[in-house]
Amino acid sequence: MSAAADVARTAATFESDVWLSKDDAEVDAKSIMGILTLAAGMGSEVVVKADGPDEEEAVRAVVALFNAKFNEEA
Amino acid sequence: MSEREVVLSGIAASPGIALGRVMVVTRHDIDIPLRHLDAGEIEAEKKRLVEAMGRARDQLMETRDKVATDMGESYARIFDAHVMILEDKGSLAQVMEKIDGGYNAEFAFNAVFSKHERVLWEKGDTYIKDRAGDIRDVRRRVLSNLLGTRPARGDLSRIEEEVIVIAHDLSPADTAQMRRGKIMGFATDIGGRTSHTAIMARSLEIPAVVGLNDATTRVADGDFVILDGNRGRLIVAPSEETKKKYAEEHERYRTFALGLLRYKDLPATTIDGHTVTLSANIELHDEVDSVLEHGAQGIGLYRTEFIYIGREGLPTEEEQFLIYKDVASRLAPDPVIIRTMDLGGDKFMSAFESPKEINPYLGWRGIRFCLARKDIFKTQLRAILRATPFGDVKVMYPMISDLDEVLQANEVLEEAKRELKREGHEFDDGCKVGIMMETPAAVMIARELAPHVSFFSIGSNDLIQYALAADRGNEKVAYLYQPLHPGVLRLIDKTIRVGKESGIWVGLCGEMSSDVVCAFVLVGLGIDELSTSPYVVPEIKEKVRSIYFSEAEKVARHVLTLRTASEVEQAVLEKMEKDLPELLL
Repeated sequence: MSAAADVARTAATFESDVWLSKDDAEVDAKSIMGILTLAAGMGSEVVVKADGPDEEEAVRAVVALFNAKFNEEA
Repeated sequence: MSEREVVLSGIAASPGIALGRVMVVTRHDIDIPLRHLDAGEIEAEKKRLVEAMGRARDQLMETRDKVATDMGESYARIFDAHVMILEDKGSLAQVMEKIDGGYNAEFAFNAVFSKHERVLWEKGDTYIKDRAGDIRDVRRRVLSNLLGTRPARGDLSRIEEEVIVIAHDLSPADTAQMRRGKIMGFATDIGGRTSHTAIMARSLEIPAVVGLNDATTRVADGDFVILDGNRGRLIVAPSEETKKKYAEEHERYRTFALGLLRYKDLPATTIDGHTVTLSANIELHDEVDSVLEHGAQGIGLYRTEFIYIGREGLPTEEEQFLIYKDVASRLAPDPVIIRTMDLGGDKFMSAFESPKEINPYLGWRGIRFCLARKDIFKTQLRAILRATPFGDVKVMYPMISDLDEVLQANEVLEEAKRELKREGHEFDDGCKVGIMMETPAAVMIARELAPHVSFFSIGSNDLIQYALAADRGNEKVAYLYQPLHPGVLRLIDKTIRVGKESGIWVGLCGEMSSDVVCAFVLVGLGIDELSTSPYVVPEIKEKVRSIYFSEAEKVARHVLTLRTASEVEQAVLEKMEKDLPELLL
């Protein structure tokens, strides 16, 4: 949960549009609801896409966050 | 409601005992009005929604700040996430679109948010379902603001009498409002160990049992119940005897710190010098602290299912290795028995389509699943083996019913060892292997199984259910589920005797080990190890330290000749009342 919030928060700091996709579903990475409904548990494969002036930085930041360990239990 | 004592079993979410009157907090499904708007009403309706969402946001922020002060920032973050769900732009746009289409705010908001919930619920293993619960909490909050009703649970903080709250579900916000001392404990129909409500209850030290399915329909306001957060039980209409037993345990729990200090470092040795190993059952690796605090001598059952559920895809060998290594090294030199995954039954990982089985408890689970998916099984065995240099790690296979299963599983283990050797990994070649004795067939062929393993651990919950062909979750037949049934005791006795003859030790890791009367009989039958919830360890240890093994042995021999569970129980209680009254306190 806080993991999804972290991703949405990070994505929202960029001007570019950022998307996450898994299987055939694609969601707005700035939306916690989108991320939650992707229902990606630990270990799932997710593709990060971005389009805009800071697209490279955005993808890098989101990927880095995914790779870092999410501390799920409060 | 019920005249006779009824024991409902759920998930032990937060430890502790509570005895008292029930307050049922029903959450009737909110009635969602449907109204068609005229074009002229649309803007006003949107404004009404925005205002309701604003109030919901203020309430959440208020709870957030209270939680941050009372419990710390990490718990407060749960509510930050709720606020983010509330403020989700995409969802709001969808709701507004529906209002533009002429639907009223309640209907529009509910339609969009419950759809999100459903998506999560349907994808769901227990962990993902708990996240659907987060969306539901937000949805209900906004709806009650729109409808002008108080959030159903708004007044938990105002409860003035001491009660045990029984609810279909509680949100973390509900839980945060509970005042310790007023709300003695709570039980819910739904929810899992990883729900935010469970996590908060543990932090607030309020005893809690979740996942009871239909507790709200079994009790009424004012009913007397016992909530056992140590064992995950809710006892409705308890008998005088049960009340007495729990009142004492409750008192003991209050003076817990003292009890712990007194017994923590002492062995579970009877007055006449017979020692039983008391170990703990865990399912999350962060429960290790509690194992150590309660003076358990190792982990008798590490359920590894939680490593597999709540995620998509399978955990890698490396991920598992790090977890097992951590648990093993923190427990060292005490042993850790890692049970290979027992999926199926009531747990299934999301990486697999849960097969729809008419009778999952007799279906594709435990070792049956592992042997069908040797790739997954071997990865787990490799991870376990690699953890062996860091402590005393043992492996245990679940759901054995056939010799061939043990031989095949051992073959996979050997293969894992050969691979690790080739790759230059360090591990203990002599890592001990045991099996769960939970099917009557396994007990009957115990002599044939024994040469291939180093220990037996009786999984009494399943053994009782399989031996008596009674599902204790089914209220029509739950009365048949009797741990002290002579049929069950004789199966246990046979397992222990075969263990002794074959020179291997025998433990028991089901709920029987945490019941004083059952534990007395088990010690008398010569069980080598009892593994219970960590919270029960001090109590059982104290009991073991106050009895004579010779007496327990005599009683156990005698009850094996009796005809019914009630005869057995009566015989044991009589003996205890006569010679060991302190045991029943």
